[in-house]
Amino acid sequence: MITVKNLQRKWKEFHLKDINLTIEKGEYFVILGPTAAGKTLLLELIAGFYIPDAGEIWLHGDNVTTATPEDRKVGFVYQDYALFPHFTVKENVEYGLRIKKIPKDKINKESQAMMDLLGITYLKDRYPATLSGGEKQKTAIGRALMLNPHILLLDEPLSALDARTKAGLQDELKKIHNESDITIIHVTHDQTEAMIMADRIGIMMEGQIVQTGTTHEIFNTPKNRMIADFVGTENVLEGHISKKIDGLAIIDTGSNEIFAISDLETGSKVHVFIRPEDIIISKETQQTSARNKLKTKIKKIIHLGAIVRIELDNELVAFTTKQSAEELKLNIDEHIYVSFKTTAVHTVGR
Amino acid sequence: MVPYEYLGMVLSGKSLYRMAHNERFKMHLKTIKNVMKKLKKDRFLLLFFFSGFFLVAFVFVTLGDMFYRQTGDMPALIGAAKNSTILTAIWISISAASVSALIAFIFGVPLAYILARKDFAFKSVIEGIIDIPIMIPHVVAGIALYGVFMRSGIIGAPFGKLGIVFVDAFPGIVAAMLFMSLPYLVDTAREGFKTVDPRLENVSRSLGASQWTTFRKITFPLASPSIFNGCILCWARGVSEFSAVLIIAYFPKSAPVMIYDLFTMYGLTSSRPASILLVSICLVIFIILRASKHGEKR
Repeated sequence: MITVKNLQRKWKEFHLKDINLTIEKGEYFVILGPTAAGKTLLLELIAGFYIPDAGEIWLHGDNVTTATPEDRKVGFVYQDYALFPHFTVKENVEYGLRIKKIPKDKINKESQAMMDLLGITYLKDRYPATLSGGEKQKTAIGRALMLNPHILLLDEPLSALDARTKAGLQDELKKIHNESDITIIHVTHDQTEAMIMADRIGIMMEGQIVQTGTTHEIFNTPKNRMIADFVGTENVLEGHISKKIDGLAIIDTGSNEIFAISDLETGSKVHVFIRPEDIIISKETQQTSARNKLKTKIKKIIHLGAIVRIELDNELVAFTTKQSAEELKLNIDEHIYVSFKTTAVHTVGR
Repeated sequence: MVPYEYLGMVLSGKSLYRMAHNERFKMHLKTIKNVMKKLKKDRFLLLFFFSGFFLVAFVFVTLGDMFYRQTGDMPALIGAAKNSTILTAIWISISAASVSALIAFIFGVPLAYILARKDFAFKSVIEGIIDIPIMIPHVVAGIALYGVFMRSGIIGAPFGKLGIVFVDAFPGIVAAMLFMSLPYLVDTAREGFKTVDPRLENVSRSLGASQWTTFRKITFPLASPSIFNGCILCWARGVSEFSAVLIIAYFPKSAPVMIYDLFTMYGLTSSRPASILLVSICLVIFIILRASKHGEKR
């Protein structure tokens, strides 16, 4: 288990403020945040590359706040891989074992097994400068895993890769995680990557962990507008609870009346978050269980490959598949109906 | 016929007509014309080429002229090569410069690493102090060194008790060379360390290597080309040191001091063979060192 208590550190333009985090053993935890949020610095503090100004770091029951990196048994993979340029792939992978002065034949055997696992054996005599991004990343991961660390820290490990290589490495990382009891902390600014990889996500902004939760919690119930904006909740509306009927709140946003489940009192000013993929579009009004049914007009249609983004006259944005859009034969300025469930509406006081 | 020979012919006023009709000269001229043709396409490069060529020509003409003039008196050069006093002086210069480069390496590399990696109060003051020897006149440095290393000086006195004397002794030459040449090693090594990504060190430590092992296996090898260059510059600067050495240790005579003596006592003709000998030996060592590093890089 990794426990971070009231961690603080100022370094150049970054300032980590009172970070508290608990990550269970064997968990795949993703720290998601925009650039310059202090994600890498947090990871480097956990690895022991810097000593915090205040607070504590506990790894598997030991207080390691001031321990040296070599004593923490933590694997680290940087965004740009940080492979040793004067060593071959094999020498890079074997580095940790060579430092431990393990017999040569054992090193050979173990590095061979690791390179086989990652499919980089054919690269063993090549130098990093001659490798592709994906090959470098596999080498860096192999090098970090050679010492069987309890914890693996990944700093934006897939961000410099093309989509295909990225998908392959995501599978590889998941496989490694599933087949061992290793705890992984993976830093990224990519929401899709976080959704695919994470058991749990921590949102980091301006040097603080602002929300932690499962993927569903983070993406469907963001704690505030800033998080909602970052995690791609495109429909962020401002309004107030005009009345409450049978436990349901009716929120007046000016252009819409929206049904939502909310504990807030009548009259409370709120932010309303609705994910665009939760909005269903139809040409005729339909009999559904969705409480929210609104008539509106199409303002803009944007094709994003398999997804079509539809901007509506009532400030809402909806996503639909390319196939559905074609079947509905949607046109700009055309009147349509949108519907969404009350459970798809998340409200927070403002 | 090589280019400096053409230059020699021009300088010595020999027949330009003969040179213009030399077949190899015509061939060289053709090559130069082709290069110029290519360069004309890029006026920017052409301008830079000529401004750079000016410096190369300045060094080449100065030394080339000295070598060329000596070709008229080869027996004097052979005599100098057999003269044990001159050879001893050259050996003293080379060995003292090597010792001073070694001392600069031992103490300068750790300092260069700290300056490259850490930010601390008065860092720029330390960097300024290290660079002072480049700025001050060498005679002034010699006077300062004499004050510190003389028998009653703050360094000379304790070392004197141990039997190590600096004034008019080999250690004095080493001290003068070290003082004048250490900025070259520290500055070059510092820039070399700056080119090594600190994250490589972080990763190495996360893989179980101590700070020392990380330095030995990662940082030093990656910065070694710059450190090596720094050592060469430091050594070369040491060999060429004259004024500071002259003040602290006139004896045993190092090569520059010996050459200066020959010049003041017997004139240009007597000092030139020893000069050529010193330049040639240093040039050979320089080329071997550079070539060995180049070979290693490949």
